[in-house]
Amino acid sequence: MKELYTWAAIGLIIGASTTGDVLLSHAMKRVGDVGELWKRHGLFSVIGRVLATPTFFLGLVAMAVAFYSLLFALSWGDLSLVVPASASLTFVANAFAARIFLHERVGKRRLLAALLVAGGVALMAI
Amino acid sequence: MTFRKYLVLAGVAVFSSAGDSLLARGMKDLGNVSLHHLSSLIFAIIDPWVASGILLLLAFFASYMAALSWADLTYVLPASSLGYVLVALVARFGFHEMIPPARWVGIALITAGVGFVAAGPSLTHRKHSDLPRRDAISPEASS
Repeated sequence: MKELYTWAAIGLIIGASTTGDVLLSHAMKRVGDVGELWKRHGLFSVIGRVLATPTFFLGLVAMAVAFYSLLFALSWGDLSLVVPASASLTFVANAFAARIFLHERVGKRRLLAALLVAGGVALMAI
Repeated sequence: MTFRKYLVLAGVAVFSSAGDSLLARGMKDLGNVSLHHLSSLIFAIIDPWVASGILLLLAFFASYMAALSWADLTYVLPASSLGYVLVALVARFGFHEMIPPARWVGIALITAGVGFVAAGPSLTHRKHSDLPRRDAISPEASS
């Protein structure tokens, strides 16, 4: 039962964090380069622009779900399993989600990089 | 890519790993959370380790949002994995812990993966409808 809870929570972390990453990335692209905005219009202008973007809040909700799933998973499983397993599979899920929903050019280079990083993170757990 | 942007990516890597480690330490104090007592997850944030972890994860979130404003998601995400490499190197050379060979292979794979992405452009094609608002500053096309 302990393993079932751990892997169910890991699955929820992957789904929620991928959704959150895509929504937050979409929101921040609409806001623009925050460094430049900060320099030209000030910090409050940056905060205002971010808060005025609806996908930012949806992304936050998805990230909150991922965060509590992580706490739940960590209470049942080992850090050395939960973090690398969820992180490595999230890399792969994000590569596909970014291509489909954000229209990023995920060519061979980035797909290979996602697989290398995913494999590397998984090996770090050993 | 400017020095400031590399600093933001370094923040993404460092704050993420440090925050996760502190959260894990705190959750071990709390013990297993039962499905019937999920409310205990709400009160977990009172634990000093969990609270410190949350503060670091907030710093990670700020760096992450800043990075996403000028780079692709598939460019920023591999950078966060460099934190695992940093933690392993600190463990080896700072605390003289033994690192198994498989973990060194993992470090090499992550470094190679990040190198592959970093060698390419930070921002790729976007649809016209996804462009920032008229008065917003456009991110660099690539660097």
